[in-house]
Amino acid sequence: MTHSLTLPDVLAGLIVVALNGYVLLGGADFGGGVWDLLASGPRRDRQRALIAEAIGPIWEANHVWLIIVIVLLFTCFPPAFAELSITLHIPLTLMLIGIVLRGSAFTFRAYHDGDGATQLRWGRVFAIASSVTPVLLGVCVGALASGAVPREGKTGFTAVFVAPWLTPFCLGAGALTLALFAFLAAVYLTVEAREVALQEDFRRRALGAALAVFAAAAGTLAAALRGAPLTARGLTAMPWALPLHVATGTAAVAAIGALWARRYGLARLTAGAQVSLIVWGWALALYPYIVPPTLTIAGAAAPEVTLTLVLWAVAGGALALFPSLVYLFRIFKRS
Amino acid sequence: MMRGLMTDLLAARLQMAVSLAFHIVFAVVGIGMPVLMILAERRWHQTGDRMFLELAHRWAKGTAILFAVGAVSGTVLSFELGLLWPRFMERAGAIIGMPFSLEGFAFFTEAIFLGVYLYGWNRVSPRAHLAAGGLVAVSGGLSGIFVVIANAWMNAPTGFDLVDGRPVNIDPIAAMLNPAAFAQTLHMTLAAYAATGFIVAGIHALHLLPDPRSAFHRRALAVALLVGAPAALVQPLSGDLCGRVVARRQPAKLAAMEGQFRTEVGAPLRIGGWPDERAGETHYAIEIPKGLSLLAFHDPGATVKGLDAFPRRDWPPVAVVHVAFQVMVGLGSVMALVGAWALALMACGRDLTTHRWLLRALVVAAPMGFLCTEAGWIVTEVGRQPWVIYEVLRTADAVTPMPGLVVPFTIFTLLYCFLGLIVAWLLYRHVLKSPAAAAEEMPVGARSREGV
Repeated sequence: MTHSLTLPDVLAGLIVVALNGYVLLGGADFGGGVWDLLASGPRRDRQRALIAEAIGPIWEANHVWLIIVIVLLFTCFPPAFAELSITLHIPLTLMLIGIVLRGSAFTFRAYHDGDGATQLRWGRVFAIASSVTPVLLGVCVGALASGAVPREGKTGFTAVFVAPWLTPFCLGAGALTLALFAFLAAVYLTVEAREVALQEDFRRRALGAALAVFAAAAGTLAAALRGAPLTARGLTAMPWALPLHVATGTAAVAAIGALWARRYGLARLTAGAQVSLIVWGWALALYPYIVPPTLTIAGAAAPEVTLTLVLWAVAGGALALFPSLVYLFRIFKRS
Repeated sequence: MMRGLMTDLLAARLQMAVSLAFHIVFAVVGIGMPVLMILAERRWHQTGDRMFLELAHRWAKGTAILFAVGAVSGTVLSFELGLLWPRFMERAGAIIGMPFSLEGFAFFTEAIFLGVYLYGWNRVSPRAHLAAGGLVAVSGGLSGIFVVIANAWMNAPTGFDLVDGRPVNIDPIAAMLNPAAFAQTLHMTLAAYAATGFIVAGIHALHLLPDPRSAFHRRALAVALLVGAPAALVQPLSGDLCGRVVARRQPAKLAAMEGQFRTEVGAPLRIGGWPDERAGETHYAIEIPKGLSLLAFHDPGATVKGLDAFPRRDWPPVAVVHVAFQVMVGLGSVMALVGAWALALMACGRDLTTHRWLLRALVVAAPMGFLCTEAGWIVTEVGRQPWVIYEVLRTADAVTPMPGLVVPFTIFTLLYCFLGLIVAWLLYRHVLKSPAAAAEEMPVGARSREGV
């Protein structure tokens, strides 16, 4: 299959870049909430404080990646946005409720001091919303990948609005997303922790999450072979599939090795690479579709003038944002 | 069963209305508060008066809570464009997605530098900190402008040709430069500064009534009025600009705003009153002869189209629009007068706290900016009905085929009521109490860092 990259391809690629940013940064913030929920042992409170400190200054900026994904999608591929919004109304609405509760509860907890019991309750809301929201995001992403989103030829409420996303494959994708976010968060927290005991806490959690990632990935792949033939074909039969899987696997093994050797900086790098490769593997499995099996990237694209302008806007925006993001992370994150 | 209670279209419209009404409060504060914060911080740099620093800290704390809720409720809105109105986004996305994309980047800048501002007090230099605050203020203002440009396009759609009901020859720049864009963005930006300035001024005026010598509240009042009063004073002019755009581009909306049922040469301005859609008359209004023609077209003899010039199915809900418009103009006028009063005293170098009636007026006017903003959005959104894109796409044709929309409507309404109560309570505890009453409190993360 030889063809040169078109303008719509480039913009679809930029959406995946933004999604990748959301997964690496916003995803880890959700993962932090998972570890808040699972905080345990003698250092339970210090684990929670570390998570809050790590997320506090950056979660709002990290969250904006999702908004970038959405606005680029509805500007550059309006029919795809419309189709997804209709079929996935229920999981997307639930995800939004999760997003609202996560963000609000996190802030309320931070400012609801002086009353331990109330603070604990907001912490609970934050942690539960952080754990549920990634599952719903994964379910939506899975539904898109399985080619079940288009409504053509379907009738009845269940067939149109429930069946496309309530499948073993989609639930597997939800579990995989949750495991990946928790994995990323635990790895990042090993770098952020300033005392060895906390580092060890999150190292163990990261290794456990890595196991969960493997289990969820295996389960999702098995479900894909049965329930999402399109994805399965993309993930197995395409010419780029093997090198991609090898690279993903290498990154995964390297991340675990680095964790094992307590090389936390390296673990963060390789874990990020692993998760990014999974995102791009998913995107490549969809290609050339944006809403498989009916809507292609070319078919859903807005007119060229819109795409060109957006491309310029993204270029200008990136020029301003990239140094700003580097500045933010240099202030609040250890290298 | 659900359909008996409420049609899906109505539920979708109400969900959108609730989401907008909720979010706009936080959006307004997100535009206005950073300006107050950096003004206070700058005064601290200039004078070394630590009370200004305390003020900036306290306002930053309130902003942190409000910005978080604004960020997540804004996310809900961006998804709801598709969840509720997929047929609208399908057509409009390519034309008007551009300002939304720009808004995305402005919001990104805002979130990054708000993080620096809120958590960076001891981590960056004082100048860098103030600069971060400045960037938050600028990008917050720009975010609002971009979103309102998109809304203005729904009122005055340009930048495309309609062929067989489909938009062609799309020109996103022309769409952004639509005829309503300038007036609407100016009006909304001023509204944000006026509403924020007045609510803050009102809160501190409330503290000054029993304690007029409080140096803290005197400083706070001065900064808040510096932002709120000039904005409130010039707002009627931008309102006039908006009104004339509406008169030219959306005569049915103007007719609903004014309760103008019959086309009339030299139409009167109606103050108050109740439009009776069945009778086709507005009762109990005070009428100023030729006032509407004069205001809308700057010509007392101008013809104003009444609702009778439009088929009944193209009428917006007249009573809602008219009453909301009266509320906005009435309360806005009060704010402009109170603002002028305060500015006049300040210009003469008077001590505001000795004018107890001004303090009382400021307390009464405190919530008016927000009431005006809500009323103004009702005017522009309900007044555009039955269209989602004026004279291009009907709201009824844009709604999702998803049934049972009363369910998400109910969920989001309850969720937002609940969050609104919590936010109000937190602000009461952290921002509204006098400095002596509230001990220095810090977020969880900050506290652990200092080993408290």
